[in-house]
Order: sequence, then structure tokens, then C-alpha cells
Amino acid sequence: MSNQEKEPMFSAKIRKIFTTPLGKENPITVQVLGICSALAVTVKLKPALVMALSVTIVTAVSNFVIAALRDYIPDRIRIIVQLVVIATMVILVDQFLKAYAFDVSKQLSVFVGLIITNCILMGRLEAFAMANKPWPSFVDGLGNGAGYGIILVIVAFLRELLGSGTIYGYPVMQKLGVYSTGYENNGMMILPPMALIVLGLIIWFQRSRNESLIEKK
Amino acid sequence: MKHFSNRYIFIFSSVMVIAVATLLAMAATMLQPKQLKNLEIEKKKSILESIGVEATAATTENLYDKYITESLVLNSRGENIEGFDAFDIVLKEEEKKPLEEQHLPLFRATAENGEKVTIIPVEGKGLWGPIWGYISVKPDMSTVYGATFDHKGETPGLGAEINTRAFEDMFIGKKLFEDTKFVSVGVVKGGAKDGDPHNVDAISGGTITSKGLEKMLSDCLGKYNDYFVKNRN
Repeated sequence: MSNQEKEPMFSAKIRKIFTTPLGKENPITVQVLGICSALAVTVKLKPALVMALSVTIVTAVSNFVIAALRDYIPDRIRIIVQLVVIATMVILVDQFLKAYAFDVSKQLSVFVGLIITNCILMGRLEAFAMANKPWPSFVDGLGNGAGYGIILVIVAFLRELLGSGTIYGYPVMQKLGVYSTGYENNGMMILPPMALIVLGLIIWFQRSRNESLIEKK
Repeated sequence: MKHFSNRYIFIFSSVMVIAVATLLAMAATMLQPKQLKNLEIEKKKSILESIGVEATAATTENLYDKYITESLVLNSRGENIEGFDAFDIVLKEEEKKPLEEQHLPLFRATAENGEKVTIIPVEGKGLWGPIWGYISVKPDMSTVYGATFDHKGETPGLGAEINTRAFEDMFIGKKLFEDTKFVSVGVVKGGAKDGDPHNVDAISGGTITSKGLEKMLSDCLGKYNDYFVKNRN
């Protein structure tokens, strides 16, 4: 016990907690959690980034709070407590966005509120924070938020570039002058089904590279 | 796993709920002024959009002061009522009153080409929730100078298309009056005929939103009939 108390803040174990959800245990591509919002907010990079950031903050902080309270939370009402913590965080984030990033909050509309139902959050609280100390839980939250964020940003990057010809609002395709060669934006990329297909391609790519992810027959 | 008594569970949940409520109430109160400011800028931005002026959050205030010259509050007979600010009038509240007691807000602006236009706010119901917008008319009080619409939660790709430029621009040049009779602008399923001065194309797949928008225009603009008739030139 005393050994663990003295564990350095950025030990190999802590680093591993952060990095596994980025790749091998990515919440979206491997655990297939939270893909609903991943499809909805990835038309443009900006809302995707804000959404990724919001989810990361909410996951990390609620993980921390639940881990800190884990010995005091009655087992019988733990899911309710988890929900209250998540909902509080989400409302705070929503209020802050409305005050300081109004345009983005308008674009994200209901999806900020729907972070409450994002399976990644409940999953992490139940699976990790209820059984670990606050600091590792916080890092776990950051890692899972970032793992979610990376996928969102990749999907949004491709959809914005091919669908609207811009990157973070900057008209790349126009500057490159490809429109004069007869190139046109692919309207399909803006529609929700293409997010699913892009996500599918990412999962395919990741599985083909990482053999431990391939199910044994 | 430790065992917790019912008493503990009750106390725990009560404390938790009170703590959370206090935190949220504080956050909401502290952030409210900033949020209200954002809504005000958003409203000014929409008003500017209806006369074809594109503004960003930073430039809205200046452009609003530059273009919008006057704001009035009318009654349903088209007479000016003193003592109210048109900007602060909430249409939804007004609609609950009988027509004779309603306050009708109106803005006047000098458009980019120097024309004096009149801007009228409209509000109605879409499929899932409220839709609203601003219509600007030329000095003849019949020709639409520009229009902008917005919605709370219409279906993306279908009803939500009402706030795209492509849809809004179809209203430019349409006539609200047929000779001297108010007819509003209709939204026609299957597309309006070329040169039809009173109709625009509906949105495919967004029939209820389109119908709601048509009703919103004829209801809200109709109340200004007397004002239009008196002030046309």
C-alpha cells in the first residue's frame, strides 16, 4: 500500500493508462462506444475539436470526482451518483460554451447535452473510476477523451477537406486552384452516412495494422 | 464492498443534490449576462442578414448602428406607440394577446444601395419547434428586399434548409401585395412557376416546415397590413 502511495505522478503505469485508449483500446474504433456523436459533429473540424475537448474535460473531471468519492458512494445508488456528476459537468460545459463560444454551441446544439448519454463516460466511471484512485482515474479520463477526440478529428478532417474543400474554415482547395481543373467538392461527404464509412475505413486500417485486435476464429 | 445504511444513503443523496444545485445555480447566474449579450448580438446579426449585410460577432454592433436607423413599435392599425423598445419585444408573448393589444416591432434601415428598407420580425412553428426570421421590404411596402430565417431544431438537410442562403434568396423580389390586396409569399410544393411574384419553392422532404414558414409569413406580415397601406410610396 505504502509503495503505491509513493508512485510518481508520471510513472510508466500512468503513461500507459493514458496511451492505451489512444490506440489499442480506443473507445470509438475498438470498443465502439460513443459513435453516435462521432457521426453527428464531424462535418467540420471546429465543432469536432470543441466536442472532443468537452468530452475530454467531462470524462476526466467526472472520473476524478467519482474516484475521490468511491469509498463513500453507496453501492446501491452508484449509477445515480455517476449520472448526477456527469450531468452537472455537462451542464457547466454547456453554460460556458453558451457564454464564451456561442457560434460553436449553436452548431453543436443538442449534442453537448447528449454528452450525458455518451457511453464512454458511464463506461469509464463504472469500469475504472469506481476502482481506482483519483489521479489515475483523471488520466484515464483524459486518455479516453483524447482517444475519442483523435478519431473525431481524423473523420472531421477528411469530411471537411473532401466535402467542403476547407481545413478549419481555410479554403485549401480554392487556394490550390484545383477547382479550375474540374474538381468538385463531394457533397456525399457532408452527409451522415459518409461519417460511418470513414469510421469503418479507420477501423479497418487499425485492425489490419494491429494483429492483437483481430478476433481469433 | 462496504455496507451503507438507508439513513446514510438518504443523507448522502440529499447533500449531493444540494451541493450540485448550488454549484449550477451559481454558474448559471454568473454566466447569464454574457449569454444574454450573445443572444442580443445574434438577434442584431439576423436583422442585418435580412438586408444582405453579413456580420461577424465582432463587427455586429458597429454594423447594426451603421445600417439600422430607426426602430418603431406599432399597434395593429399601423399607428406608432411610444414608450417601448422594438428590440426588446418578444413576439411569442405578443401573440398571446388579442390582436388590438399586440405591440408590433419594426425596424428601418438604409441598405447598402442607399434604399430605405423596412425590416419586420416574424415568428412561427416548424415541425419540431419554433422558427423565426426577418423580412425586409422596399419602400413600396410590397417588394421583398431580403429575408433570413432560423430555427431551433428542424431536421438537418430537410427543414433546417430554411436558413440556407439558397432558400432565403428565393424571396428577394417577391411581392407581398397583389395590386392592393395583401397576399403574402407562399411556399409551393413541386416548385413555383418561373416569374411567379408571390410564391417560392418549398423544401423537398421539409413539407411541414415549409407550410409552417408560409403560415408564419402570412400571419405575422398580415398584421402590418394597415401600416403597409399607409406608408407605401
